[in-house]
Amino acid sequence: MAKTKSPATHRTAESNSQEPRVPDTATTRPTRSGSLPLSHPRLPRWAGWLVAGVAASASAIITLSLGWGLVGWAVLTIVLFGVALPVWSLLVENKRAATDRLVSTLVWVAFALALLPLISLLSTVIENGLHVINAQFLTYSMRNIIGEGGGIYHAILGTLLITLAATVISVPVGIMTAICLVEYGAGNKVARAITFFVDVMTGIPSIVAGLFAYALFALIFGPGVRMGIGGAIALSLLMIPIVVRSCEEMLKLVPDELREASYALGVPKWRTIVKVVLPTALAGIITGVTLAMARIIGETAPLLIIAGSTDSVNVNLFGERMMTLPVFIYYSYTQPGVPAEFGQARAWGAALVLIAIVMALNLLARLLGRLFSPKTAR
Amino acid sequence: MTTTVAPSTRAKKRPGDLIFAGVSWAAGVLILVALAGVAIFLTLEGAPAFHASPDAYFGASNLVAYVWPLLFGTVLAATLALLIATPLSLGVALVISHYAPRKLARSVGYAIDLLAAVPSVVYGLWGIGYLGRHLTPVYEWLEKYLGFLPFFAGPASATGKTILTAGIVLAIMAIPIITAITREVFLQTPTLHEEAALALGATRWEMIRMAVFPYARSGIVSAVMLGMGRALGETMAVAMVLSASGIITFNLISSDNPSTIAANIALQFPEATGLRVNALIASGLVLFVLTFAVNFAARAIVARGNRRS
Repeated sequence: MAKTKSPATHRTAESNSQEPRVPDTATTRPTRSGSLPLSHPRLPRWAGWLVAGVAASASAIITLSLGWGLVGWAVLTIVLFGVALPVWSLLVENKRAATDRLVSTLVWVAFALALLPLISLLSTVIENGLHVINAQFLTYSMRNIIGEGGGIYHAILGTLLITLAATVISVPVGIMTAICLVEYGAGNKVARAITFFVDVMTGIPSIVAGLFAYALFALIFGPGVRMGIGGAIALSLLMIPIVVRSCEEMLKLVPDELREASYALGVPKWRTIVKVVLPTALAGIITGVTLAMARIIGETAPLLIIAGSTDSVNVNLFGERMMTLPVFIYYSYTQPGVPAEFGQARAWGAALVLIAIVMALNLLARLLGRLFSPKTAR
Repeated sequence: MTTTVAPSTRAKKRPGDLIFAGVSWAAGVLILVALAGVAIFLTLEGAPAFHASPDAYFGASNLVAYVWPLLFGTVLAATLALLIATPLSLGVALVISHYAPRKLARSVGYAIDLLAAVPSVVYGLWGIGYLGRHLTPVYEWLEKYLGFLPFFAGPASATGKTILTAGIVLAIMAIPIITAITREVFLQTPTLHEEAALALGATRWEMIRMAVFPYARSGIVSAVMLGMGRALGETMAVAMVLSASGIITFNLISSDNPSTIAANIALQFPEATGLRVNALIASGLVLFVLTFAVNFAARAIVARGNRRS
């Protein structure tokens, strides 16, 4: 099998292509007079493609004869490939190379398995949600609607208001904390504790944040309280750690020379931070904040608890229940009303709108980052 | 000899500086206060439930009897999720850091970040409306051929609303988190170690096993624990996907499943009144303590790893 014989040529990991070891162009064949061969026999570089092709066609024949469908074909192809290539390698090369090929296959299979849900999720949501979305869906609320019709205007409004309020709370606190950690807290014990607990805070379950806001408001306003601002407080508890982390990273990137130049000119520290450090880091901060918004805009559990749900438009953050997109999706699907299909269709439509908003925020973050980045000589 | 008192090298504190420093420290301390506040307020509002009548516990005799099955379900779902997510995430991280060509690796990184950006309620919607339905034949197959194992004893759920489905959805949500951290650690492996391994004739897998994994061990452990924190606290996906009846069982594919703390709160809270609210908040406190402990341990491992390197 092994026609090409070459010394084992290794490259660094980054430059490796799909084939693990590619025979070098400077092939040296072992001289016949030499007693020991200088290289192992190895599979040709097209071995993987060949095995894949054979596995695919063999599995197609089996699948067709047994009537298994596309999924069965894909699974069988991968299994055949995963067995055949290492076995061939074991026969021609050695055990170690065979293990290597087996692991490569497994790693790529794991990768494909991880990406499948994303594709499936996006296609399912688009397929079920796209035909629901029209002008009425986006501009009507659910007030007095039974069965067909209605829309998500009240939910979009509530989501935007609550997210905005959470951002207004989180951004000043987050940025000031990051400044405290980077500019004032180097080596300080309290600062180290803050850094650590901010990290721990990123792992707080969202429902606990909701319960916190409820417990806080229930102590002030009495039990059974539902309020938009409570949702904003709960969300800001989740958002602040994200903002702090990204701002901290960005502030650390600002070169010390800039700060020292400013001090040398006699500028006070706070003016240095406001006029030199923050503008330099602005692009990164804006990106971080936008990404944090994208992260929290889809949070459901806290809003379910403290913001409640309603069918009407409510723009007052400080009174009464407020509908939000995620909560709308949840209730529309689990309690769709009597002809279930309309409620469930609205849930898919709202899910598509929510995903679109999240993706738009993600894109916006990258765009803003590029737009505001300082003009350097790079 | 007069010693000329050198003019103080420290500039006089300007009021602007003092105010600014004060405000920024206040913000930092506010975060610590908020974290303490979570524990305090949950305890305050949960406390009335400690000695309540069984009615507050939806029929269970006391708080422990009420929370224990939920805790069991929470840990079971998170364990299932990690069993699925860990190998897959390591695979994805390895593809990004060592297997894929660089351009592909970058776009894959974006795709995985997208996976992280999808709201949990949409995962729930997908899990209930698509995944569960398509998993029922698999569950029937498992019951038929692996039914002798207690995990697959069945009877297989006809709707696919099982704890295994919930575990799979949780795994999909944990993958981006675990991947993001492990790929960073993999990329930080010193190139010299890798090249030395390759130069000694190691295959790529041997290089990864001998140079990359030992270097990344603490990073992998903490990444898995952070993923666990997410899986423990995830609410909506479980609340939507799982058909819960509150029993303790290891049967993964039937329609009688243990519920999780978070999902139980989300399902019961909107209609709860009186002491039931306090009982739910008390269960939330248990969840908070659990996730806090897991995250604390994970971060401590990361911090130790950072100090060592």
